[in-house]
Amino acid sequence: MIASSRPHGGFWRRLWSLTRKEFRQLLRDRSNLLIGIGLPIVLILIFGYGLSLDVNDADVVVVMEDSSPPAYEIQSALEHSPFITTRTVRSLQEGRRIMNAQQADALLYIPGDFARRLAAGDAQLQALLQGGDPSRALAVQAYVEGAVATWLQKRQARGAAPAAQAGSVVVVDRLWFNAANDSTWYLVPGLIVLIMTLIGTFLTALVMAREWERGTLEALFVTPVRPVEILIAKIIPYFGVGLLGLALCLLAARLLFDVPIHGSMFALLVGSMLYMFVALGIGLLISAFTKNQFLASQIAILASFLPAMMLSGFVFDLRNVPAAVNIIGHLLPATYFMELVKSLFLAGNYWPLIIKDCAILAGYAVVLLGLARILTRKKLD
Amino acid sequence: MASLLAFLRHLGNLCQKEFLAILKDPASRVILVVPPLLQSLLFGYGATFDLTNVPYAVVDQSRSQESTELLARLDGTGVFHRVATLQSSSQIASVIDSGDALLVVHFASNFADQLAAGLPAPLQVILDGRNSTTAGTAAGQIRAVVAAFNASQAGLAAPPVKVIPRTWFNPNQETRWSILPGLIAGLSMMQTMMLAALSVAREREQGTFDQLLVTPYTPLEIMIGKALPSIAIGLLQSALILLVSLFWFQIPMAGHVLTLAVGLLGFTIAVVGIGLSVSAVSANMQQAMLYTFVLLMPLVLLSGLATPVKNMPQAMQIATYANPLRFAIDLVRRVYLEGAGLQAVWTDFIPFACIAALTLPLAAWLFRHRLA
Repeated sequence: MIASSRPHGGFWRRLWSLTRKEFRQLLRDRSNLLIGIGLPIVLILIFGYGLSLDVNDADVVVVMEDSSPPAYEIQSALEHSPFITTRTVRSLQEGRRIMNAQQADALLYIPGDFARRLAAGDAQLQALLQGGDPSRALAVQAYVEGAVATWLQKRQARGAAPAAQAGSVVVVDRLWFNAANDSTWYLVPGLIVLIMTLIGTFLTALVMAREWERGTLEALFVTPVRPVEILIAKIIPYFGVGLLGLALCLLAARLLFDVPIHGSMFALLVGSMLYMFVALGIGLLISAFTKNQFLASQIAILASFLPAMMLSGFVFDLRNVPAAVNIIGHLLPATYFMELVKSLFLAGNYWPLIIKDCAILAGYAVVLLGLARILTRKKLD
Repeated sequence: MASLLAFLRHLGNLCQKEFLAILKDPASRVILVVPPLLQSLLFGYGATFDLTNVPYAVVDQSRSQESTELLARLDGTGVFHRVATLQSSSQIASVIDSGDALLVVHFASNFADQLAAGLPAPLQVILDGRNSTTAGTAAGQIRAVVAAFNASQAGLAAPPVKVIPRTWFNPNQETRWSILPGLIAGLSMMQTMMLAALSVAREREQGTFDQLLVTPYTPLEIMIGKALPSIAIGLLQSALILLVSLFWFQIPMAGHVLTLAVGLLGFTIAVVGIGLSVSAVSANMQQAMLYTFVLLMPLVLLSGLATPVKNMPQAMQIATYANPLRFAIDLVRRVYLEGAGLQAVWTDFIPFACIAALTLPLAAWLFRHRLA
């Protein structure tokens, strides 16, 4: 009865018992562990090994209507490209049939008058591309054009064609921060954001909404514990699971995928913890608003998880989107965490950016957790 | 005949009950209509690989007529926007690090002299690789601008060969044209599977499922009664997204809407089959939602919605054969963009049929046998 006469005195004791209760609840249901640990592992493997925006094996059908030496040279130039697998047919009709059956990414048509027009200096090659996956079409187009350009350079070097390239501008590009030019390098860091959103928002919203729905939270309210203690006790286990997810991602990035981590580990940890508070805050808010499991899960997916995947600059660059969508993207805390994580992984410590992103995340965390605190208290009255 | 009538009457009752359970809450009604609309709009605009805005910075140590002309051509694309003019190459790091510029073009002081002397003049381009896909596309555009510049220079012969690219079914290579047809299948799948997964789990949690089992309804009737409402809602959502794609984004549809409807029906039955099986093994709603979510994530990611299936390693591509969404997206894109008919896309129905034939009977069987 000491606790009830001195409500502040037993804070740590009450928090300790509540936290133990939450941990037990979390560990009791295997489906929670599936989301907290199983799904992150699956996602890491999918993103690390499965998804890629790099085209490494383009199937190109070469339609050879011309059987002159230059036509064969082009065919072998394509064959020598490390990214292209070729297949040769004699008629355009046959080539189009293969394209229609989706068995090739592109068709290169070498017309019958190619050699004659090449000698005249105005030869044409037609490249047909599949438009179903435009990002792939663009890459395949670049490979085909590159192979033809390489062939032309060699031909000019042999003196077989007038050297057109003397005195011209040559582009020398250098890709900073991603020496391997591998999309895995930016997908794996971005995955940290997704996994923390998943645990912080989706799992927390779901578990908490269940308590509201079933009235078990109100049962807690009649005990001497205070709302803020209930919230803190709810946060602690999921915070732990979130950090576990972070650790898994870091290990996988280093050990499995050889993605470098150039920036400060300390900054990464601070940023991640701040984002974890933000994600938890959103999860608690959603559950307090809906008080219904189905609605909470739907809103958690729609309002936080999907935008974190599609609008945070994870896969799709925010620079390319219309202004209105860009503004929505920049209202999402996930966008700032995404920027922070990618920079820390690939670019290293650029303190103005780190401080800006951390400050924004901290602001979101304070506001969201504050709101969650207010909503939880109102229910008590 | 009488038994068929009774069967239909039973189904009618069950469906009515199911629709009531899903739609009686106004918030649930909203959550089934508004998000697909909002998301198809948002992702239609947001999910794009097409470069529209590349902020760049310049270090021009040549200050020549040629460098100025090349820069004017770059600005003239409408894609490249100059955000900074740097005095020395030591400033490059900070504009790239801060993300203010995606790339920096660097003209060395001997740029014009090299050109005048008929020697190759290097143009250095430094790109921010934090998103290597955007960087690669931007580098490609710069090369195209430079090639056009080279071709225009006096005294240079045009290259004797030209490659004329033409992209089938998507002439401007717009990401939106492939994303929106993908969303028609992908977005509706997420909520449809969740609805189906919750249908039995909700009754289990509330204890009404045992009551349903002791009624004269057969497990087959219960299963179909649970499946039909989810299928109907899934198709309705697909129709909504189709309307957004057709009338808001005005992406022309080459195929027939009936072909699309038949394909989506097959797909949605398979999805609901998976959902009901999940529902039958779950003890409560929370488990049903978590299991569904754990399934949905890989299904969506490995479907080719955002990243092409063909870019995946071979083993992963084979794994996607078990993913109905992969085939649904293939089907919708081909019908929508290419105008493919049923005879061209019938192979996509094989996985739908396999999954439905496996999961629906399994769900019906689990309804009774999980109790034991």
